[in-house]
Amino acid sequence: MTTDAMIPARATTGKVRSHQTQNEALLFEKSSPGKRAYKLPPLDVPAVDAATLLGTVHRTTPGELPELSEIEIIRHFTRLSTWNYAIDLGMYPLGSCTMKYNPRVNELVARIEGLAEAHPYRPDSLAQGILEVIDNLQRCLLEITGMDAITLQPAAGAHGEFTGILLVRAWHESQGNPRKKILIPDSAHGTNPATAAICGYTVENLKSNSEGGIDLEALTRQVDEETAALMLTNPSTIGVFESQIAKIAEILHAKGALLYMDGANMNALVGKARPGDFGVDVMHLNLHKTFSTPHGGGGPGSGPVACKAFLEPFLPIPVLVRNPQTLGAPSFPRSSAERVGDHEPQPAMQLGWSYNRPNSVGRVRAFYGNVGMFIRALAYILANGPDGLRQTTEDAVLNANYIRAKLEDIYELPYKTASMHEVVFSDKLQAARGVKTGEIAKRLIDYGFHPYTVSFPMIVHGALMIEPTESESLEELDLFIAAMRAISREVEETPELVKTAPHSTRVSKLDEVQAARKPILRWKRTT
Amino acid sequence: MRYLPKSPAEREAMLAEIGAASIDDLFAVIPAEHRLKHDLNVPRAHAESEIIDYFRAAGTKNATDYASFLGAGAYRHYRPVIIDSLIQRGEFLTSYTPYQAEISQGTLQAIFEFQTMIAELTGMDVANASMYDGSTGAAEAVMMAVRVTGRHKAVVASTVHPEYREVLATYAKHQGLPTALIGYDAETGRLDLAALEAKVTEETAAVLVQSPNFFGVIEDIPAIAAIAHAKRALLIVSIAEAISLGVVRPPVEADIVSMEAQSFGVALSYGGPFCGVIAAKEQFVRQMPGRLVGQTVDSTGYRGFVLTLSTREQHIRREKATSNICTNQALVALMATIFLSVYGKEGIRELAEHNLAKANYAAQTLSAQPGAKLLFKGAPRFHEFVLQTEEAPAAWSQRLLDNKIVGGIDLSRWYPELQNCTLWCATEIVTRANIDTAAKVLAAWPVEAL
Amino acid sequence: MPYPANYRYTREHEWIELTGNIGAIGITDYAQNSLGDIVYVDAPKVGDPVTTNASFGSVESVKAVSDLFSPVTGTVTAVNEELKNAPDKLNEKPHETWIIKVELADPAELNALLDAAAYEAFIAEES
Repeated sequence: MTTDAMIPARATTGKVRSHQTQNEALLFEKSSPGKRAYKLPPLDVPAVDAATLLGTVHRTTPGELPELSEIEIIRHFTRLSTWNYAIDLGMYPLGSCTMKYNPRVNELVARIEGLAEAHPYRPDSLAQGILEVIDNLQRCLLEITGMDAITLQPAAGAHGEFTGILLVRAWHESQGNPRKKILIPDSAHGTNPATAAICGYTVENLKSNSEGGIDLEALTRQVDEETAALMLTNPSTIGVFESQIAKIAEILHAKGALLYMDGANMNALVGKARPGDFGVDVMHLNLHKTFSTPHGGGGPGSGPVACKAFLEPFLPIPVLVRNPQTLGAPSFPRSSAERVGDHEPQPAMQLGWSYNRPNSVGRVRAFYGNVGMFIRALAYILANGPDGLRQTTEDAVLNANYIRAKLEDIYELPYKTASMHEVVFSDKLQAARGVKTGEIAKRLIDYGFHPYTVSFPMIVHGALMIEPTESESLEELDLFIAAMRAISREVEETPELVKTAPHSTRVSKLDEVQAARKPILRWKRTT
Repeated sequence: MRYLPKSPAEREAMLAEIGAASIDDLFAVIPAEHRLKHDLNVPRAHAESEIIDYFRAAGTKNATDYASFLGAGAYRHYRPVIIDSLIQRGEFLTSYTPYQAEISQGTLQAIFEFQTMIAELTGMDVANASMYDGSTGAAEAVMMAVRVTGRHKAVVASTVHPEYREVLATYAKHQGLPTALIGYDAETGRLDLAALEAKVTEETAAVLVQSPNFFGVIEDIPAIAAIAHAKRALLIVSIAEAISLGVVRPPVEADIVSMEAQSFGVALSYGGPFCGVIAAKEQFVRQMPGRLVGQTVDSTGYRGFVLTLSTREQHIRREKATSNICTNQALVALMATIFLSVYGKEGIRELAEHNLAKANYAAQTLSAQPGAKLLFKGAPRFHEFVLQTEEAPAAWSQRLLDNKIVGGIDLSRWYPELQNCTLWCATEIVTRANIDTAAKVLAAWPVEAL
Repeated sequence: MPYPANYRYTREHEWIELTGNIGAIGITDYAQNSLGDIVYVDAPKVGDPVTTNASFGSVESVKAVSDLFSPVTGTVTAVNEELKNAPDKLNEKPHETWIIKVELADPAELNALLDAAAYEAFIAEES
């Protein structure tokens, strides 16, 4: 039995108190036989005896699921929810993760019955509405990226990387040699090398130059006839635009290698610059970063892959096509006077899936992608329009630079290059006092903020990677800056306070060593 | 620009603080020739009401008022109302992956509960926090078996969902992982055990089967496990219809279970987002892909949860990681957890029995029509069945559509030998009236032929 | 913590203690210290071959993995099973806790390794 006395009294100094101090046991511990939270309608067909019908494959021991009433379930999950931090509570400055506001109209439209209840194998004739949504999103994303062809199928960023590198591989194979290696800068996300390995490539590390960017000399040296591609994040993980991007593409292309762009940081580019215009051959987007679909505590995401025309034949199946016998497909509304939906396609001009793609890399998942996320992303694009998308990017970059200007006197800036949508400091000054980035991050929680990204990218020792996104008001930014400045003072004056943080959360620092040494990965009945 | 919380004056003030004359200064690092010179050619900004109108119109165009007998890896079940009430709480919807455990206990505890429920239902020791879907989960399970066994071949049942098999082929192609396909018994629709025995060798890393299989037939898992284990290969059981576990014996003999949990309260959404999950025997946990939540204590001894065994993952092990997966399907896993809380131990059984009853009635009624025949009668089924008709499916399916019914899916698309065969699914949502109407429409053909 | 004079060391922070033709291999105090709390040891099986400078396994902390590199070529004759349940032994008594024992193909290989003084000079330079 747990009581309030078991929870240590904790100071609540923060702006946001994102947790109530209720105890809430596991569902299984709250269960009591005979409780019900459901009622099935009466069976309108003859009942069957499962044991007779199934014989030896009949389940005789039920799974140990909880038995609860509806109110208990509502309270259980509502209480759990109060133990989470969220964008809805405050700033979430996780660098590289683009934790922006998730508009609520997106949630509403994704649940419209005709879209949410559509079975993936329903005839194309009954799916024209959702296919149009997919088609419209594809067109918008092609315009935003400046690329020629796209697949929306990948379920998340890493899955997009996988799909993109498969396109690279398939193209090289069509040229007679799949090649052997992928170059990856040392500042890259861990998914990049993991993806290259899954696609059968060896990973060759590319050392960053003194500005945290691509070292052109090293690149020239390392690119050879066995290099399939460079996986580049642009802006880089330190938030810097590769101004030599055209030269990088040129060096790669001269040796027949391709340029893959990890689009994790597209929030710095939308409406301002397009990868298709600066030499990128293939890239992925993260709809859950740039296009506002919710992170949901770790997914679902969506990782569309856009490419240049020469890679189009290799796209995964199926590919969305206009009914081939129809000509003059309706144009997507372009001018400001038009509305989406003004152009009703003629009945003969059906959208449908094409599976007849002899050069395709194959299928990367069942069905067509995380369609629920497509709906949300398109709703976001519609809400913004061209001006809103551009302003969004400008505000994201403005916010990051504002934080940089207000903190660079007290946190060391390892790379002085101009920042775009995120800024990376190091803990050098604080570490000299014995306080590290991870500890500063935990102390930030006490001030009502989610920590920034800790210890990444790896080219910065003790990194503090801060991405405010466009969703933060000046007031929120100033509070964050004040918190960071206060913590810096605490590092000088009361370092123990920082090192033992957080002090205001429902649980204090958790023992990760014990969790890993003796993993308990599930509840088990003990009596 | 209703999502942007700044006034023009504030923007000016911020630029002044930064020391920039205009916003363009901050983009000066992008070489002029790469800067976009035109407005993006996307639709103009829409009012919220216009956005809702647009998607409502799209939904209507999709046609909503059809009864459906479609299954084949995507199942329509009733979704309790509280699922959407709860997952739309901002603290679940708008939180990030729970790396910062102290302020993510809600998500972490819910995932721990999800892992427990999946382990309980599948008969495995442990389950992960989710995978993208059943298809990629099955492929990842095979790669996991390769790591566990150090072997590099796989044997796959042809009765595994055809799209799952295609995904596996895409993954296996660059892993140096040849796969052999095993056919099915024409009478029972079950895996051909003799063919399996002939194909499994000392080099086989894994045998991948699905149960209930693509035809809705429940496989003889103990027999398949015996064949796989005799050669020390791992058995992977893919489950595309998770509700089946309410009434079908769990595949306890398997080493790895890869499940699609969409049936647990997740909307069809035209095929995604769904919710894959991998469960396994405890000794294989360090080769599992994806995130795992573990129980631990805080500095005062209070119970808490953390992401654990992270060294398997890409952000630490990079190219040597067990998978490249990062973002998974957390919110969908939460939906499944809530669904399973609502139905609970008894409800999941009762629900599964209703599915069994509906499908049994549908199979009997439809196959009793002239020219129609039920295939694979010799083995137990869950809620899907294969119907063979003398009339071509294209003809009767149009008549069904005219009656606002979507009939079974044509199997010859994947199995050329199954001409005029369709796969039907009847969940608890399907009514007796739907079934009776479908039967009447099917029966109409000989009359028209005269 | 002193570095035993009868051990030989690698620049990858493994030690080896030779008894007859059998070498016991572990990690140094410096290694365990920089890795932090060790939560898991991935070791080869008895009978597996190991090769000089090649990885034979890994040690893991909560947020890092470190490859184990063999100081010598040979065949694994024993694996310290105790580490399965008590990997913290490597933190507590690094120089008394061997991970594997190897039958050496060529005992002369030890001559190429660092002695305690050279290793201590090496780590002084590293930190």
